[in-house]
Parts: sequence; C-alpha cells; structure tokens
Amino acid sequence: MDFLRARTWAEALELKAERPEATPIQGGTDVMVEINLDRGRPAALLDLNTVGELAGWSREGEWIRVGAGVTYARLIDELGEVLPGLAQASRTVGSPQIRNRGTLAGNLGAASPAGDGHPPLLASGAVVEAESVRGVRLIPIARFYTGVKRNALAPDELIRAVRVPTAAGPQYFSKVGTRNAMVIAVCSFAIALHPENRRVGTGIGSAAPTPLRAVAAEAFLAGELDWTLGRAGGSALDPEVAARFAELVAGAAAPIDDVRGRAAYRSHALAVMARRTLGWAWHDYLRAGRGAR
Amino acid sequence: MTIETGRRSGVGESVLRPDGTLKVTGEFAYASDLWLDGMLWGATLRSPHPSAWIRSVDIGPALAMPGVFAALTHRNVPGEKSYGLEHRDQPVLAVDEVRYQGEPVALVAADHPETARRAAAAIVVEYEPREAVVDPMRAAFDPDCPAVHPNGNLVRHQPVRVGDVGAAATGAEVVVTGEYEVGMQDQAFLGPESGLAVPAEDGGVDLYIATQWLHVDRDQIAPCLGLPPGKVRLSLAGVGGAFGAREDLSMQIHASMLALRTGRPVKMVYGREESFLGHVHRHPARMRYEHGATLDGRLVYVKAEIVLDGGAYRSSTPAVVGNAASLGVGPYEVADIEIDAYGVYTNNPPCGAMRGFGAVQACYAYESQMDRLAEACGLSPVEIRTRNAVSQGSRIATGQLIDTPAPLAEMLAEIAAMPLPEPVAVQADLRLLPGGVSQTTHGEGVRRGVGYAVGLKNICFSEGFDDYSTAQVRLESLAGEPHVLVHTAAAEVGQGLVTVQAQIARTELGVDRVTVAPADTTVGSAGSSSASRQSYVTGGAVKTACEAVRQRLDAMRAEHPGLSLDELLERFGPIEETREYRHRPTVPMDPVTGQGDTHTQLALCVHRAVVDVDVELGLVKVVELAAVQDVGKILNPLALEGQIHGGSAQGLGLALMEEIQVRDGRVLNPSFTDYLIPTILDMPPMRLSILENPDPHAPYGLRGAGEPPTLSSTPAVAAAVRAATGLPLTRVPIRPEDIALTPASIS
Ligand SMILES: Cc1cc2nc3c(=O)[nH]c(=O)nc-3n(C[C@H](O)[C@H](O)[C@H](O)COP(=O)(O)OP(=O)(O)OC[C@H]3O[C@@H](n4cnc5c(N)ncnc54)[C@H](O)[C@@H]3O)c2cc1C
Repeated sequence: MDFLRARTWAEALELKAERPEATPIQGGTDVMVEINLDRGRPAALLDLNTVGELAGWSREGEWIRVGAGVTYARLIDELGEVLPGLAQASRTVGSPQIRNRGTLAGNLGAASPAGDGHPPLLASGAVVEAESVRGVRLIPIARFYTGVKRNALAPDELIRAVRVPTAAGPQYFSKVGTRNAMVIAVCSFAIALHPENRRVGTGIGSAAPTPLRAVAAEAFLAGELDWTLGRAGGSALDPEVAARFAELVAGAAAPIDDVRGRAAYRSHALAVMARRTLGWAWHDYLRAGRGAR
Repeated sequence: MTIETGRRSGVGESVLRPDGTLKVTGEFAYASDLWLDGMLWGATLRSPHPSAWIRSVDIGPALAMPGVFAALTHRNVPGEKSYGLEHRDQPVLAVDEVRYQGEPVALVAADHPETARRAAAAIVVEYEPREAVVDPMRAAFDPDCPAVHPNGNLVRHQPVRVGDVGAAATGAEVVVTGEYEVGMQDQAFLGPESGLAVPAEDGGVDLYIATQWLHVDRDQIAPCLGLPPGKVRLSLAGVGGAFGAREDLSMQIHASMLALRTGRPVKMVYGREESFLGHVHRHPARMRYEHGATLDGRLVYVKAEIVLDGGAYRSSTPAVVGNAASLGVGPYEVADIEIDAYGVYTNNPPCGAMRGFGAVQACYAYESQMDRLAEACGLSPVEIRTRNAVSQGSRIATGQLIDTPAPLAEMLAEIAAMPLPEPVAVQADLRLLPGGVSQTTHGEGVRRGVGYAVGLKNICFSEGFDDYSTAQVRLESLAGEPHVLVHTAAAEVGQGLVTVQAQIARTELGVDRVTVAPADTTVGSAGSSSASRQSYVTGGAVKTACEAVRQRLDAMRAEHPGLSLDELLERFGPIEETREYRHRPTVPMDPVTGQGDTHTQLALCVHRAVVDVDVELGLVKVVELAAVQDVGKILNPLALEGQIHGGSAQGLGLALMEEIQVRDGRVLNPSFTDYLIPTILDMPPMRLSILENPDPHAPYGLRGAGEPPTLSSTPAVAAAVRAATGLPLTRVPIRPEDIALTPASIS
C-alpha cells in the first residue's frame, strides 16, 4: 500500500488524477477502521491532512463553505449558530475523540446511509463542491448519494468543500440509537424550515439504501403551514397536519430489518421524530416571529 | 485476634492500585504487548459453519507462502486431542467435524501477523454443512433432535425437590406464572485473547498469558502437548479484563503447539471480531416460573423450569446449571419447591463462565415474578420481598442453612428509605433525557419508573470442589529495612487482588514495604479469579502464611528480646512460609432432590433503579441506581465501590443493550460497533450503602463482593422500565421496539 501525501490542494488533485484508485484519508475514522477490519485493502492512501486549504470555513453571502478538513468539533463550536441542524447532528457523532478527527467530507466520502451528517445537509439543501484537475463540479446534495456507500464523485475527484445555506429558519436533527451516546443511528431525521420561500426541508438517515429527502412530506407541509405571522403571532400547529407529515416521512423511507433494529420500528421512530422535530421547529418559528415584532 | 486495621495502607484502607496510573496513561503492558526478538505470529483458521463435516483440509497453499513456518491441524496435536474445564470434550483443533461457527480448524505461524492471517485464509477446507441444532428447547426436550455430541444434548439436568408442590398448590390463594428469556451476554473485556509461547531447552514451553487461572490452564494444556505438567510453565501477562471469559482456554495450546513445532517463540493476539468468536459467553436462558402465595403475599410454593443454552461444548455448563438450580428461588423462604434446571448442547456459540454464573439468569426471572406477585397481592415490591426475605437461620432451596448474617429485610428497608432523585426539569440538558444529545425528546413521552430487586449469589466454588489457594510469604531484610514478598499464582484480572494481598501482608506483619511477585506456576495453585473468591481464598492463604511467618518471628523475638526486627532478619536470614487455605467444604447437590450444603458462602445485594423511559420511542435513561450490599468486611473501600459500580453497570447492560445476536448459529454482531455496552451517559451515578456483617468462617469476616451486584441490577432496571411503561417485558435486553411497538404503551 502506497502512502501519498499532498501538501497543497493542487498537488492533491494531481495525485488523484494520476492515481484514481487511491483512497483519500482525512480524519481516518472510517478509513482506518476498514483497514483494521481488513475490509478492502486500498492500493494507496492519499493523505489530505497536510492540505492547508481544506482546514477552514468561510462565509460566502448566504452560504457557509465548509472545507473538507473541518472537524465535527469545529462545526459544533464555530458554526452552531448559522448551521444549527448540522451542529446538532455533529454533536451526536461518536465520542469526543471521533469528533476531534472526523469530518463532514469523510462522512460524504463514506456515504453510509447511517452517516449523521447527511440528513441536515439534505434538509438545508447543501451543495457538494467536488473538484478534479478537470475543474470544479457543484453537486446538489440530493443527487450526491447514488447507492449504499456510493456517491457521485468521479474517480479523479475530491471533495473540496460542502456549501451549506445559512439557516433562515429553525432546524432540528434527531437520531434514534440503542444507547445514549456513541451509537450508530438506527434511524435519524432532520427538518429545516425555510420561511424565506415558505419551503420545508427534510432528511432521513439509516432507513433506506441512501440518505434521502421525504419529498412528498415537504410539499405537503409547506402547503399546510400557516407561515403568516400576523398580529396574533401566527397559528399553532394543527396536530392533524403534524400527524400527516409524520406519516409521509415514514412512508418515504424504505427501511430493512437488521441487527440494529426492525423495519417496523424504524418507520415508527421516523414518524415520532418527524412529529416532534416539527413541533420544536414550529414553536421556534412562532417565537421568533413574536420576537421580531 | 484483633486486626490492626489502622496500619497505613493495610486492610480497610483505600490503597491505590499499582497498575491504575499505567492503565489510564496507556503505559500498562497487556498480554497483547508482549514481544521477543525473532518471534513468530500465530493465526487461527476458524469454521464459518455452525455445524459441518470436514471432508478435507489442505494446508499446502499456506505452507507454500514465503514467511510461513508451520501450518498445523488436529493431526499435529502431540497428545490428547481434546480439552475442557470440567470435561474434555473440546477438540484442540476440529477433528472431522465442526460444531460451532468460529471453531478452530487449523493454525499457522509466520514471521508477520499479516502473513499468518493470509496463510490461514489460504488453507483449503472442504466442509459439508449439516443441520445445525440452534433451538435449546428442542435440544432439551425433543427426542428427535439431532445430537451435537454422541451422548446426546443434555449436559446436566438438576432437579430441586422440597416438600410437595402439588399439595401446596391447592393452598395457594394467588398464583402467578411467567415465561422469561435472557439473551446471550458477552463479557466484553477490552484486551483480546493474547499470549506468547516460548519453547524451552528442556523440551517444554514457557507461556506468558492473560488468563484467570494459571494452574487449570496448565493442567489442560500439558496433556494435549504430551508433556508432563512440570514442563509447561505459565506466567500471568497483563490481563485486560476477564469476567469469566478467560476461564476456558483460547490460544494457549495453539501457541504452544506452534512454538514447539517451529522452535521459535510464537505470539497470538485475537482481533476483536475473532475474540467474539473465540471465547465463551453468558448462557442464554428460557425460564418458566410459577409462584404460589397467600393473599397477604407469603410464598407457598415455587415451580420453575430453567433451560440454559451451553452451545457446542461443555465448558462450565454443569456448574452454571447447579447455580441456577440451587439459587433458583432467590433469597426467599419457600416451603415447597420444584425446580428443573437443564444445560444443553447446541450448535450455538459455546457458553460458560460470566460474572454471576447461572445466578444472573434465575435472578432476572424470580425477581420479575416477585413483582407480578406484588401486583397480584396489592403489595409494594419492597413489601412483598420483605415478607418473604431470608435471614440468618433460614434455609435456601437446597435445604442449606444460612448460618451467617443475611439481613435482607433490613437491606430492603434501607434502600427504600433512600431519597429518590428529582424529576428532570423541562428545560433540561439533553444529556439527562432518554436519547441524550441525539435529541429524540425534549420531554415528550417520557415517564419515570422505579424498580427494586434483590439477588443471592454463592461465593467460591461449590458442590464439593476442592477449592483452595496457595501463598508463599517471605519476610526479609532488604537494604536495611524489613520487606515482605508475597507470591501466589492468583490472577489479577483488574479486580484489585494485588493491592489486597499487599494490604493483608502489611496488616498481618506490620511491615510497610511489601512486594507482590508476578503470578506464575512456580508456586502452588491459587484457584480461579472467579466466583468472587480471590479475596476470600487467596486472601485467606496470604493471611495464613503471614500468620505462620509471624509465629516464627514471635519465637525468635522471645529468644532474642533485645534485637530489632531488622537485626533479627539480618542475623537469622529470611523467614519464608507457604500455606494452603481452604474454605469450609461443600457437597454436590443430590442428583434427585438437589439437597445438600453445596455452597460455602452466600452473599446478598439489593438494587433500586430509577429510569426515565421515552415510551413512544422505547429509549431508556437510567437516572439513578442505588445498591445495598453486605460484604462482611471492607478490605479496600475504593476498590470495593469500583466492583459494585462495575457489576451494576454490567447488569444494566444486560437489561438494556448487551446481546450477542445469533441467527442460525451465526453471530451477527461480533464487534463493539453493534455489541453495545453502557457508556458514561448510560450508567448513572450510584448511591451505595455497604454493610459489614461479618461471616465468622471467612478471613476478616469478608464476603465475596464482585458478582452479587451483577445479579440484582438487571431485574431492578427491568422492573423500573416496566413501572414506567406498564408493559410485561419478559425478555432482557429490553429493545426499544419491545417498548415502542407494543400497543399498550402507545397512548
Ligand atoms: C468509534 C466511532 C464512532 C463513530 N460514530 C459515528 C457516528 O455516530 N455518526 C457518524 O455519522 N459516523 C460515525 N463514525 C464514522 C466516521 O467517524 C464518520 O463517517 C466521519 O465523518 C468520517 O470522517 P473522516 O474525516 O474520519 O473520514 P476518513 O475516514 O478519512 O474518510 C472516510 C471516507 O471519505 C473519503 N474521503 C475523505 N476525505 C475526502 C475528500 N476530501 N474527498 C473525497 N473523499 C474523501 C475517504 O476516502 C473514505 O472513503 C464513527 C466512527 C468511529 C470509529
């Protein structure tokens, strides 16, 4: 196994073009585990930790551009205000050690249906900034996941950054696991309200071959919510709307039975999380509306 | 004799363990860190099938690989082909058939671990899979079930018969029945099986090994190697946890075979996945109980059937069955008893020793029953237990008299009087709620429940076993100061025995400087580091040897009153004494009635669990665990609290998450990714009350302490979850779906 170390982003792209079979390694919290368990032996590792350009994030208009080397710990500490859904999800990842090493780009590279980064990215409508020596390609997040642990990157492409719109409304992430910390999702759900265009974003994790949006649930809810914040401060959530939304979210998933849980439980839990997170989000929306007056 | 407990760092003090800092800073040398120049690495080829004939094994491809020094099959086992703890039924390497997934079939030694693994994988084995016996009930009761071993699938059936249950049943005003199931728990130690075998000039082997009992390892290894026991020398290497999983052999014979074959030191270390296949687990259990009582909640009779799945080999199944049977009604006074406990062979993973050893499974069932009975009688869980509690002078199911303090009613009163934790505030830190920072609730669906449980555990080996330990104590002058060297073969597996041995020597001999020599087989057997027995038995041996030294010292002092201790030792040389220590003898259970004084000591622990359950999602947060335990005498408060915390955590794990999932004889989750053990956010703070009612038969009056908390914590947590949900929950671990998908709780 060769070990390639890139010092600059340009060099990383060149190495990846020369050696498309090389496995990029950032935090290594997925790559090293696979190697230790002897699941697939990469021909080469391409170390991106030394690429300084990847290690930061920047604000670009209404977007945050999160470099591929930004760890979960930094997402929590530095971006909790502007990307709350993503920060909440980051907080549930592994243990402090894993959050100090692991990155969102690594989560996307692994593309596990159980990855906690995916639902909030789907809910907020993020864009993956992929790059190769051929140039930059912006991949909308919903088109990034192509199968179980497969993504839309070309063999010579690397993730440069993830562009995430700053939250214009409430966002929540919720994850069910059989333990109260350090647990892989049995299933997870993210919601984002987008009051600026009266849209709803959702993301479902660990309940289908890929992370996915509950598109019908989004459309239904966007149409049912009373977005106007009149003098009375907007209207409370209709429990029937919440119930229907929950049902549509569960219906969007295609869960299976496995060692972490049964399909029936996953569907049930998704509905519960959808209903609860919507309740919290709407509560925040109304409160923010009152505060704005 | 009065004990001078005031002595600095003597008995009764929270002396710190010598390995503590090393372990926390990552510097402790575990068995997996052993290294010798020129050593080879061993690897094991294991069966992928739970049950199959082996038609052929071709080691040729392995031997053809550069760097490979040996590839061995059962044909190369020099002596006996099988070994076992109580009965030699387990092949060193599979002979013509495999009986469980993971059974060792062939071995390889190579100059690099990676080469060894690849070479093992290159060995070609032709299997002919056959029907696997995976249902323990079928193995126990279906005469048409295929036999896993030639003499059938029944390993042990132990009945207990007291009085006349049939007649008693007519007098019972309240009867509750229940069927209960306990899943397969793993010991989940963190240091995988590992050791280093070094061939010796005399044709023997020196083995450095992480184990629980050096001598019984040696006695199983030597015959298989065709060597006299004296040529197999074992030294304890750094043990990364045990909990029963190191009672059976793993790689001991394998590494020794490879070392003798190649003439080179051979190291073997299991990976995590291999470790899950390479050691025994806790017996899963199916139990059916019937309790009859009077209207005011006094037990009239208990009837029980307990089936324990021993998996493919015998291991310690017979003793586990004995415990489940003899302790099967728990610490309650019952006049009429009918218990049938069975241990069976199946093609599931072999099961053997784990903390609590047969008593854990029964405790979960009888305590679940006591709660049902409480409800049927309209009594509180504490009251029903108090009304039936044993005390000194009671008899347990075996007819054995409890002849030492057993203040169960007082312990229940004490735990019931402890203040209950406050409800969690609405705007609480997420970490205080079920689900933690995974944010599944902000309080929605959360209901609180409180549960109580008690447990009864035998301490030391039972049923007539010659259970002893040996200690060698040497008092000498070193660099002008008196110094004590304590040498035993007792395995320090993390329980703190090394510290306790030194404390005892300080107290007994009044000398500050004490060294505990590394454990090895150059001194007599210490018995196993299991059954909560080492403080008792090896502690007793150290104490007795110290007393013998002190006697000689006293005689010398009387003759030479003018000389100081150091001067005496300088002039007359070291004083060294070796002693064996035995506890009161026990007898086997009567094969028909189960009666007899089969245990030497009995220990009680009581738990109260407070839980918050998200009843919609089935997620549980244990808010608090409280425990009252009678340990007779506290030798080291800090270490003891650690044992109670750890035992309670392991019981909590069994209640809520720890299970090896086996389907069709295959393990589905052999890793810590999916075999979940409690984290710091799952294990709550504990409230402890430790009682000291001495047992006059035991050294210092102590009562073994490591296991009892593992018994009662599981049913206490389960009872609390039932109280919160109103569900029967007859199986542990309780899975989220058991709560969330059961209609009663979906409001
Ligand atoms: C104990 C433990 C607990 C865990 N718990 C969780 C959890 O709770 N939730 C969760 O979601 N995950 C969890 N994980 C998995 C892992 O931590 C995450 O997936 C993490 O996001 C991976 O990031 P990384 O930087 O370590 O990735 P790496 O391991 O370095 O890489 C992961 C994948 O991404 C690819 N990759 C990395 N960087 C790039 C790039 N710039 N361009 C293209 N491809 C790239 C790699 O080639 C590899 O395929 C856990 C892992 C461990 C070991």
